[in-house]
Amino acid sequence: MTATRNDQRGEVAVRPANQSGAVANPARTRLLGGFLWGIAGVALIALIWEGYKFFGPDNGVLIGELRVLPRTTDLAMPHLWDMMTRLAEPVTRADGALPLWAVVALAALMTLGIAAAGWAVGVIVGVAFALLMQRWRLAEFGLLPWIVISQTVPLIAFAPIVKSWGSRVEIGSFEWQDWMSVALIASYLAFFPITVGALKGLQSPDRIHVELFDTYAAGYWPTLVRLRLPAAVPYLLPALRLGAANAVIGAVVAEVSTGLQGGIGRLLIQFAGQASGDPSKAWGPIFGAIVLGLVAAGSVALLGIILKDYRRTEEAA
Amino acid sequence: MSDQIPTTTPAAETMTGAAGAEAAVEVRGLNKQFQTASGVVHALEGIDLTVEAGEFVSLIGPSGCGKSTLMRLIADLDVPTSGELTVFGKTATQARLDQDYGIAFQQAGLLPWRTVAANVALPLELHGVASAARRTRVADLLEMVGLTEFADRFPDQLSGGMQQRVAIARSLAEQPRLLLMDEPFGALDEMTREKMQTDLVRIAADTGAAVVFVTHSIPEAVFLSDRVVVMSPRPGRISDIIPMRLDAADGREERDDDLREASSFFEMVTEVREALHGGASDAENPAPRAARGVDTR
Repeated sequence: MTATRNDQRGEVAVRPANQSGAVANPARTRLLGGFLWGIAGVALIALIWEGYKFFGPDNGVLIGELRVLPRTTDLAMPHLWDMMTRLAEPVTRADGALPLWAVVALAALMTLGIAAAGWAVGVIVGVAFALLMQRWRLAEFGLLPWIVISQTVPLIAFAPIVKSWGSRVEIGSFEWQDWMSVALIASYLAFFPITVGALKGLQSPDRIHVELFDTYAAGYWPTLVRLRLPAAVPYLLPALRLGAANAVIGAVVAEVSTGLQGGIGRLLIQFAGQASGDPSKAWGPIFGAIVLGLVAAGSVALLGIILKDYRRTEEAA
Repeated sequence: MSDQIPTTTPAAETMTGAAGAEAAVEVRGLNKQFQTASGVVHALEGIDLTVEAGEFVSLIGPSGCGKSTLMRLIADLDVPTSGELTVFGKTATQARLDQDYGIAFQQAGLLPWRTVAANVALPLELHGVASAARRTRVADLLEMVGLTEFADRFPDQLSGGMQQRVAIARSLAEQPRLLLMDEPFGALDEMTREKMQTDLVRIAADTGAAVVFVTHSIPEAVFLSDRVVVMSPRPGRISDIIPMRLDAADGREERDDDLREASSFFEMVTEVREALHGGASDAENPAPRAARGVDTR
């Protein structure tokens, strides 16, 4: 979209052939600008954190009995630099213990794998639902309300159920693994935005385009492949990104509520339990979870670069 | 009839082979009503019209006269309420399935994610034309509309006039014997518009295709057409069919920009205008307009 918006300005009829050079510069400037703003945002949060910790009262800010701002003790709010140095130190005092960051990274990697599996299932299910609802209006009326309602069920409520059902699944040599329960729950959160986005995208072609395909006597499948799917890309990309973020959240929460070992969700709980003795340690997996979400959303952004031609719009010049 | 070889399916060829002089479009007693919230709208009533093969016919009239509806019925994008409609002797549906016509709308309607060349190739691709044949055909078409060096551009990199030329190239891709055009130059500025008209006259002459051209511009209709069909609204009717007697109009390729300044051109413009306004003498009185519509039907 950014490229198109950029192209719109200035050129009246036809852009010069060497436009790529002319366009790249402002684009690069904007990229750099965005990067700087990102750093500024992080720096601002750090400043607020340390500023409040320095100036705020030890016992936090209270209105009557109600604490509206947290305590500023090292136990409640460790210094940022303590958190950072803690990341580099070994996770326990045992001999040969890995540094905290490595433990967090390994756990994050496992969660990422589970979330990716959940995301993939979410994409398949979500797009399938969208195709069904686009094809038959009745399916849209019948399914969409249930799909919306499905998202109001709290994750914590059915995570143990999924796990216990899963443990009973055994088909031939295939045995249900615990991580599959977590991936399934992740996919449950991921499919929703993908369904909604894909449906909107598949319904997005203009009447003129649909009628054009009618005049070509093109049936459902050619119209789907050459018109509806390409037209859905601009709607699908943000939906996929949202789905990726949801899959990560779903995986982390499901790890906690099913008690799966080895992932970042488990680590969050475990280290939070040790926070009274080692407050900085609990922040390790939190940073890990943030990076995890960024990596997940960023991978989808890469997909957007590959599909950039499908994000063009037809502009009447 | 033209010397053009039909390039449609074998089935279509056998059907049309015997009837070389068959009319491109034959309309008899056609009615179209739309059901709306405020009641039934008579979009078209009692339409009789024949478009001969290779003939250029314009439909002109105020908005709401059903000229676009008539074109959509011919294209089988809508179904008539009653009456007969045949395209090359077949039903409109069969003609659509056989790809007997090419179509261009007011908006270019290009697929934004496809290059110019890929947009023109779309109908060929959908109908399974081999890729080598497709490439040659697309190259020919782009040359015809003068866009060869823009083949790899995307639609958003073209001006409105260029987009429309791509759409026209696309409508010609399968060498249709009938071209349906719904105000294809409506969104263009006057200068581009005149250039496109000259181009269209040349292209239509080159391909020998019949053209049904919807417009609300009188000079455009006069310049392009062999006959101008004047329509009146509520209900949509044909109030007059005026053959264009232009001095240079023996062959369509003779029509160039000089014609726009010829006296015969202005005479025809006047005649169409008077027909549109329901006759010059009683232009202020709307009543005879309806009467005339009935008379000439």
